[in-house]
Amino acid sequence: MGAVKPETIRVEYAEFHPRWYRPPVSVYWWLKQRQYLTFILRELSSVFVALFVVMTLFQLWALKKGPEAYAQFQQWLQSPLVIALSIIGLFFVVFHSITWFNLTPSAMPVRLGGKRLPAFLVAAPSYVAWAVVSAIVAWLVLR
Amino acid sequence: MARQSNEAFFWVMFSAGGVVAALLIPVQLFLFAIAFPLGWLPAPSYEHLMALVRLPLVRIYLFVLCCLSLFHWAHRFRYTLYDGLQVKHLNEIIFTLCYGGAVIGTMVAAYLLWTIA
Repeated sequence: MGAVKPETIRVEYAEFHPRWYRPPVSVYWWLKQRQYLTFILRELSSVFVALFVVMTLFQLWALKKGPEAYAQFQQWLQSPLVIALSIIGLFFVVFHSITWFNLTPSAMPVRLGGKRLPAFLVAAPSYVAWAVVSAIVAWLVLR
Repeated sequence: MARQSNEAFFWVMFSAGGVVAALLIPVQLFLFAIAFPLGWLPAPSYEHLMALVRLPLVRIYLFVLCCLSLFHWAHRFRYTLYDGLQVKHLNEIIFTLCYGGAVIGTMVAAYLLWTIA
């Protein structure tokens, strides 16, 4: 095992160690700054990712039941409330894609000749892949 | 130790799901939930979609998309509740509901895709 950290030794002597003072944080801390709100909205994009899967499962279920059930499913997608939810959902999943691709340079820094590649050059291939994959899916569905 | 190794597994599922969702969901959501219902593009026929879903590769694709996206949601949503709402005492329930939901969704996807054609 590795060497014992000096902090560990020090703690052993303090038998009744007081709890650190932590100032209480408001439950609404994420409303206080724009970056915090963006962070929470980015995390909440996952809810729409899950809702998309639920929609896909309903679509598969309707396809399995037959043409009438599928026509009903299509009608359900046309109701104003579902359209509104879909538009909000599209905003969130695109937000997820952009934030996810823009994280690649931080999560996976690429070095060339000892120098770090600029962030946009690392993120760019993701955007190209996004365009290509989207085109393939659209072509398969619309063919 | 066991907890730690689970965490790594969930994180891998989360990030794989993040990639899959980022690449695939926008185009599918745009086509099926916006462009077709609003009549911007001609919707594919029932037969065409069934022909697509009968291909094994399409079924594997849909299964991977559903499964990884759900685990992506489970992980991210769990930590959003944890950070955002400060509900540490509900940690176990949230854990069970999130990953349980992902497991159930994955099983439903497997059942539907296995029996559809």
